[in-house]
Amino acid sequence: MAKIIIPTPLRKFTNSQSSFESQSETVRAVVQDLVDSNPSLGPQILDDKGNIRSFIRIFVGEEDINVLDGAQTAVTAGSVISIVPAIAGGSF
Amino acid sequence: MHKISISPEARELMIKDGKDTFPNECCGFFYGQDGEVREITLAKEVINSKEGDQRRRFEISPLAYMKAEQYALENNLTLLGVYHSHPNHPAVPSVHDLAKAMPYFSYIIVSVMEGEFNVLRSWRLNEEKGEFEEETIF
Repeated sequence: MAKIIIPTPLRKFTNSQSSFESQSETVRAVVQDLVDSNPSLGPQILDDKGNIRSFIRIFVGEEDINVLDGAQTAVTAGSVISIVPAIAGGSF
Repeated sequence: MHKISISPEARELMIKDGKDTFPNECCGFFYGQDGEVREITLAKEVINSKEGDQRRRFEISPLAYMKAEQYALENNLTLLGVYHSHPNHPAVPSVHDLAKAMPYFSYIIVSVMEGEFNVLRSWRLNEEKGEFEEETIF
């Protein structure tokens, strides 16, 4: 099963679960499984059309899915998917 | 008001990073345990990966973020937030800080004036109000 790591700021939407496992075979399907199990997480990572929000990056291993096949990137047993929020800011 | 405690070692690391990086912004993560009082026991520097003017902006790479989450899991710690410096500016969140703020995280800002430490303050996003609230540091 593929494992998806939930970033700390979003764990309040997953009952403090730090990871989730799914037998689905694409990133998009795994994310949907995660959201189906934790509906309040949905608006945090998916937009109104069900697409992954632009400020959320998804990695499989250390590869950004944007340089792979996007949300349709295939995953297999042992794949580790990370949800990565943008961390930035500045003084003025 | 949320309460946090910061170990002397973590506090010193954040201040030193702010001074060493001046006039650019430094950034990093801190870890510990959450509770009624959020206890920060460890801080670690991260490279400011912002392309452009690092005197007023910081950015943490996705890879660095993933490593931070991994480090927390492997060491039975919680990733509690992000610190960065404000060179020659007060330790108050900017509109840019607010725009990128995540829920749950504490945001520690180290003000460094002309290379010297000024003040360190901590903030947390109030999601309902859409604004930062200052945390009480013990």
